[in-house]
Amino acid sequence: MSMASVSRLGGPHPSGNRQALPPEKDTRRRSTPYLLLLPGLLWLGAFFALPILTLSGTSTQTRAPGGEVGEFIQTLRLANYWEAFDRYQEHFGRSVLYAGMATLAALLIGYPLAYMIAFRGGRWRNVLLVLVVAPFFCSFILRTYAWRQILADEGTVVRTFKWLHLMPEQASLTATAFAVVCGLTYNFLPFMTLPIYASLERLDHRLLEAGHDLYGGPWTVLRKVTLPLSMPGVVAGTLLTFIPAAGDFVNAGLLGTTRTQMIGNVIESRFIDLNDYPTAACLSFLMMAVILVLVLVYIRRTGTEELV
Amino acid sequence: MITERKSTQKSTRKSTQTGSSLSLRGITKRFGSLLAVDDLSVTIPKGSFFALLGPSGCGKTTTLRMVAGLEEPDSGEIRLSGLDITHTRPHKRPVNTVFQSYALFPHLDIFENVAFGLRRRGHKKVQSAVMDALNLVELPHLARRRPGQLSGGQQQRIALARAIVNQPQVLLLDEPMGALDLKLRRQMQLELKRIQTEVGITFLHVTHDQEEAMTMADTVAVMNRGRIEQLGTPTDLYESPATTFVANFLGQSNLLPGLRAGDLGRDLMVDVHGNKLRVPRSRVRSQDNALLVGVRPEKIRLCATAEFIPENCNRLTGGVVLDVSFAGVSTQYVVRMPWRQDLTVFSQNLGVGERFPAGSTVTVAWEPEHTFGLPRDPIGDGPNHARADSRGS
Repeated sequence: MSMASVSRLGGPHPSGNRQALPPEKDTRRRSTPYLLLLPGLLWLGAFFALPILTLSGTSTQTRAPGGEVGEFIQTLRLANYWEAFDRYQEHFGRSVLYAGMATLAALLIGYPLAYMIAFRGGRWRNVLLVLVVAPFFCSFILRTYAWRQILADEGTVVRTFKWLHLMPEQASLTATAFAVVCGLTYNFLPFMTLPIYASLERLDHRLLEAGHDLYGGPWTVLRKVTLPLSMPGVVAGTLLTFIPAAGDFVNAGLLGTTRTQMIGNVIESRFIDLNDYPTAACLSFLMMAVILVLVLVYIRRTGTEELV
Repeated sequence: MITERKSTQKSTRKSTQTGSSLSLRGITKRFGSLLAVDDLSVTIPKGSFFALLGPSGCGKTTTLRMVAGLEEPDSGEIRLSGLDITHTRPHKRPVNTVFQSYALFPHLDIFENVAFGLRRRGHKKVQSAVMDALNLVELPHLARRRPGQLSGGQQQRIALARAIVNQPQVLLLDEPMGALDLKLRRQMQLELKRIQTEVGITFLHVTHDQEEAMTMADTVAVMNRGRIEQLGTPTDLYESPATTFVANFLGQSNLLPGLRAGDLGRDLMVDVHGNKLRVPRSRVRSQDNALLVGVRPEKIRLCATAEFIPENCNRLTGGVVLDVSFAGVSTQYVVRMPWRQDLTVFSQNLGVGERFPAGSTVTVAWEPEHTFGLPRDPIGDGPNHARADSRGS
C-alpha cells in the first residue's frame, strides 16, 4: 500500500502534458524528484550501505594466527555463518518467540486502546494521544528498570498474584521470560497503537453505519468492517513492534537472565565484551535475513496491498 | 421476485398490504440547541414512493436516519407494520438504506458487498439472490470488481442492489443522486422508478431536488425547519401550495399582497392594489383578511394594453416589461407593476415576433382557477431563509 505510493512519488511522472513544455523546463522537471531524493540517498549510503558492506567483510574474517584478541584477517570463510547459526539457534528462536509474543500482547492492548481513542475519545482525543507517547519523554533504560520494581517479589503485582493463588508461593516474576516479554510489550506499545489509531481515525463512519444497516450487530461490524479496514494500521503496527523487538537486547538484559537471552544480547556481547567481530557480524546478517523472510511472508498473507 | 421471503415476513407483508406501512408520530430530535425535527407526524402507505423534500437543514436526513435506527428520536414513536421500532437497533430493523455516499465496503468485491446483508441473516441462497439483484440493476458482469474500480453511477446502482437484495419493508434513499451529474441523474431517476414499480417495496426518498421528487414520487412531503409544510401528490403541491415556503420551494410563484374584498360564492374577491382578483375559495388557505394571492409564472399571459381580455380573467394593468430573456421553448419576462413589485412571466414561444420588448407597457392576465390564496407569513420565510444544517443535509 504505502510502499506503492512512495515509489510513485519517487520517479518522474510517467505521463502528462510534458510535450508542451520548453526543453530546459522539461529537464528541470525531470531531475527535481532525484534532487529531492539526494539527501536521503546520501544518508542511506553513508550510514547504511557502507556499514553493511564493511560488516559483510567482517563476517567472513577469521582470527589472525598468533594475533592478539580482536585481530582478524579476511579469509572469505562462509562457514562462519553456519557456525554462528548452529551455536545460537536457541537465541534466534527466543528472539522470534519473545518478539512475537510481545507483538501479540501489544496488539491485544493497542487495538482496543486505539479504537477507544479514535471512536470514543471525543474532545480528549489529542490529550489521550499525547499520553500514549508520553513515556518517550522518559529514558528507555529508566523505564525498563522500572519494570524490575513493578515485578519485584515484594511488589504489588506479585503479592496480588500470590494472594489470588495465581502464582506459587516461592515463584517470582523478575528475571523470567515473562518479565522480558512484559518489557518488550510495554516499550513498543506506542509503535503499535499509533498506526492503528491512524487507520481507525480516517475510517469512514458511514461504512460502519452501512454495516449496522445491513443487519450487522456491533461485534459483526467490528469483525467484518472495522477490523479489515484497519488492517493497514495493524500490519504497520505489528511490523514496527516486531522488528525492533526481535533485535532488542535492553529488555532481555535488564529484565531477564542468561537463559532468556535474545540474539541482540549475543551480538552485543560478541562485539563489545569478547571482540568476536566475525561472529557478531554473521549473527547480525542472519537476524536481518530471518526478519526479512518473516515480514515478507506476513505481508503476503495479510494481503494488505489490496486495500485502497 | 428476487428470492422467496421468509414465511414470517410474508405474513407481515400481507397483513400490512391494506394498512399503513411506516408511521411516525410526534417525532422530535434535537442536536444540542438545534431543533432538527420538530414534532413530525407522517404515515407512509405500503408500496408507495414517498419523497421528503426540503432544503438542507430542514431535518429530512435526520428523519430518515431515525427510521434507519442510526439516530434515536428524543420523543415520539416510529411504527413499521404496526410494530414499534422507535428504539430498535439498526441491525434489527427490516429497513435498508442507500447512503448518499453509497458507503460500499472497499475491502469487499461487488458480490460480497451485495451479499453482506444476506450473509448476516444466514440467507440460504446467497449466490442466486445476489445475482438477481445485480441483474435488476443491470450490472451482473461487475460481480468480482472492487467498488473503487466502478464509476459513480455504477456504485450508486450497486448501493441500491445491496439494499434491495434484503427485501426490506422500507427502502431508505438518502439523496442517492447527490453525487451524479445531471444527465446521469435524470437517467437514474427513471431507473429507480422502474425498479420501485418492479419490486413493490416502500421507498422513502430524501432529496433537496424538487424536480427529482416530483418526477419520481407518488407523494411528496415538503419539509422546512423540522416540520412538514405540506404533503400531497406532486401536482397538488405545485398547483395549490399551502404555504409561501412550498410555493417558492416548488417552482416559482408570484405572490401579491391583498385584502379580502367580497364573496362571490365559489370565488373570493381579493383587492390587490386596487385590482379586484378572483381566487377559488377551495384554494384559499387562510381565514385572515390579509392574504397573499399567488399565481405561477407560466399561467400568466402578457397582453398589449389594447388587447381584448375575457371578462372573467384576473388582470393587472400598468405593468412595464423590465427584462426579457429568451430560453428557446419559452421567454422569461420580468414585469414591474406600478407598486414596484416585479412579476415573473414564462411565455411559450408559440408564434414569431409576438414578443414584448423591454420597456413596453403590458397587462398581465390569467384564469382565476390558477390563482391561490396563502396566509401572509409573518416570518416571510422561503428557501433562501432556511437555516444552515449542522449535519450537511
